[in-house]
Amino acid sequence: MTVEPESPDVGVEQKHDPSVGVDEWVARSSGRREYASGVRGDAQRVFERMGWWPKLAIATAFGAIVPLLLTNDFQLQVGINALLLALLALGLNISVGWAGLLDLGYIAFYGFGAYGFALLSSNQLNAPTGIHFAAYVSLPIIAVGAACLGLIVALPSRRLIGDYLAIITLFFGEAFMEFTNNVAPSKLGGPNGITSIDPIKAFGHQITTNKGYFYFLLILLVLSAAALHLLDTSRTGRAWRAVREDPLAASMMTIPVNRVKLMAFSFGAVVAALAGTVFAAQQINVFPTDFDTPYLILIYAALILGGAGSIGGAIVGGLLLSVMLDGLLRSPTEAGYLFYGVILLTLIVKMRPWRKLIAVLAATAVFGIVVHTIVEAISKSAVAGGPQSTGWIASALHNWVVVPSNPTTAGNIGFVVLLCLCVALRQLKDPLRTVLLVPTLYLAACVWEGVLVAQPSITRQILIGVILIVMMNARPQGLFGARRVEVM
Amino acid sequence: MHFFLQELVNGITQGSLYALIALGYSMVYGVLKLLNFAHGDLYMVGAFIGYFVIQWFGGSTALSIPVPLLILFMFLLAGGGVGGLGVAIERFAYRPLRDAPRIAPLITALGVSFLLENAMLLLFGASYRDYNTSAFIPYSGGIHIGSLNIDTVQILVIVVSVALMAGLTLLVAKTKLGRQMRAVSEDREAAEMLGIDVDYVIAATFFIGSALAGIAGVMDGLAYNNIYTLMGFIAGLKAFTAAVVGGIGSIPGAMLGGLLIGIAESMVTGYISSTYTNLIVFGILIVMMLVRPTGLLGKVPLQKV
Repeated sequence: MTVEPESPDVGVEQKHDPSVGVDEWVARSSGRREYASGVRGDAQRVFERMGWWPKLAIATAFGAIVPLLLTNDFQLQVGINALLLALLALGLNISVGWAGLLDLGYIAFYGFGAYGFALLSSNQLNAPTGIHFAAYVSLPIIAVGAACLGLIVALPSRRLIGDYLAIITLFFGEAFMEFTNNVAPSKLGGPNGITSIDPIKAFGHQITTNKGYFYFLLILLVLSAAALHLLDTSRTGRAWRAVREDPLAASMMTIPVNRVKLMAFSFGAVVAALAGTVFAAQQINVFPTDFDTPYLILIYAALILGGAGSIGGAIVGGLLLSVMLDGLLRSPTEAGYLFYGVILLTLIVKMRPWRKLIAVLAATAVFGIVVHTIVEAISKSAVAGGPQSTGWIASALHNWVVVPSNPTTAGNIGFVVLLCLCVALRQLKDPLRTVLLVPTLYLAACVWEGVLVAQPSITRQILIGVILIVMMNARPQGLFGARRVEVM
Repeated sequence: MHFFLQELVNGITQGSLYALIALGYSMVYGVLKLLNFAHGDLYMVGAFIGYFVIQWFGGSTALSIPVPLLILFMFLLAGGGVGGLGVAIERFAYRPLRDAPRIAPLITALGVSFLLENAMLLLFGASYRDYNTSAFIPYSGGIHIGSLNIDTVQILVIVVSVALMAGLTLLVAKTKLGRQMRAVSEDREAAEMLGIDVDYVIAATFFIGSALAGIAGVMDGLAYNNIYTLMGFIAGLKAFTAAVVGGIGSIPGAMLGGLLIGIAESMVTGYISSTYTNLIVFGILIVMMLVRPTGLLGKVPLQKV
């Protein structure tokens, strides 16, 4: 088999040397992709030719402007949560994305950082005065501690492959929760946690405002991203990806597989612990429930959404998911924008040709009007509920969705039917699939207006679960990752 | 001594439930090499189905049918319903990922577990529900020797678990399906080449494993009364431990591991402190994994190059 050497076509960038884990064919086909003409093409070309640090600098500049645009403390808090999640996803990316080790105890490192900072900067230890270290003392202590903890947790990985490691780390995470809940309540506070923690302080200055923490986190995130990029392109980074692809082959190539795995855990632990210190300092108090499994799954969802294995993906995934869940799901109106927007966007991206898309949307609208008329003719109370959300979308949908005056039972049935319909949609082939899409869309709107909007916290969790399943099935490389081709 | 025996009986009861869940983990791991994190939540769904069967027949205090029939219905509906749910999950979430990198189905399993938990939370709320078993199976029944009490529900749990495990062992050892399952877990591609319908075998495995979890859920409701939507996570974790201690992929190993974890937990609760039960059980697991990573009855997997 002969492979044509790639001709230096016009507008085609010579791809950089092949990287581990990216199939040659994929690399070449993505290199062959045509650039758009005009301004867009120029922008694209400039962007691709740019090194990593100008990109990072631009992103940082954007990040630095954000607090100036925000008007209240709540929005700043949303920003801080988003940066925290991005930082955590970045750390998780090391073991999961690069080294391919499923680390389900990651949240414990975050908790370790938070509790470590809490103990070193509050009245808990060495009563009654307590310990109140400056940041330049406590942060290094915590980082070193977390690295050691990462090593200890990863020690089983020397002997365990894949899934066993996942269990051990999951147990470690659970054990951390149990530990903080039950052991030494006078020091760790048990379920009541540790309160009144000092802010981050150094050389007589201290960070007290949310704006301050936003910038501190931004700096931390940028520094971590830069450091991790350098690490990724170094020998260690290549070794991680080699181990991910095939540990046996990697060890044949004289890569010290065990040491490389331990390093991945340690680096991840340090990043998570640093995030934890900022969390503790900014929140002023920490509780065991801050570090529970749902939050771990949220970090996973962020990483998977953005794309495991890429720094930009992890950061964008974290920011996107956090802002989406915190900022938008808090008010029903904005949640509605998000819900209908995502559905519409998915349809626009996935449905080809345009006529079909328009036909489906029109059919859904007509279907809704027909169903609403029929149901109203049968029973007035069955449509008496109306949308639970407010705003212009809700008023537009008022005579379209069927929401009974007591939506719980009907909504529950609708929710189960909706899940079944989604499963069925996946199995069906095209003509039937398009037809079935119409009632599914309509039912989704009804269930949303009837039940989901009224239960934002549960909706949020369901959404996270759905993101994990759908992303893994439809686009395992995430929104921004490069597709990996398995070498058989 | 009586105290010890009592704790032993309690441990065996709890251990049988863990063993039933662990069997599902182990079987699925055997055929797919996938840790199905959603398995514990299937157990929770089973417990809820059992609860609604009781409500359907008039509630625990005013049953309209005889108790044995009720229990049979609970087992059948929970087993069938949860088994079907397991098959649906496999079809929907895991089958497309069968040839994906190992980490992809694991993460999907996390998502499925999270989705199931929260879907149930949305449907039925966070409050505890009470089987109120003592209203239709009185505590006074069963065996009482001195201060040692083995009540009817405990006997039921142990007998049913033993019967199910024996049935499963026979199924795997003697029937055609069992042979196919063993073949698929040995080498899926080779099994496919020999004309085995791998999709069918995997679906059947999911059905059986999930049905066992569903029945275990019903028995959990009968034995401990309180059920809630997040009960699956910690029970699943313990059953996980059981499957791993016994050697994952091994069916007798899962049974042995389940009993050991149940007894260990009960002894720790009885003699040391209930606060540290989970920590100690996790500790046992971690030590176990370090000393003998393949579990008690597991085989050392050959690495193929």
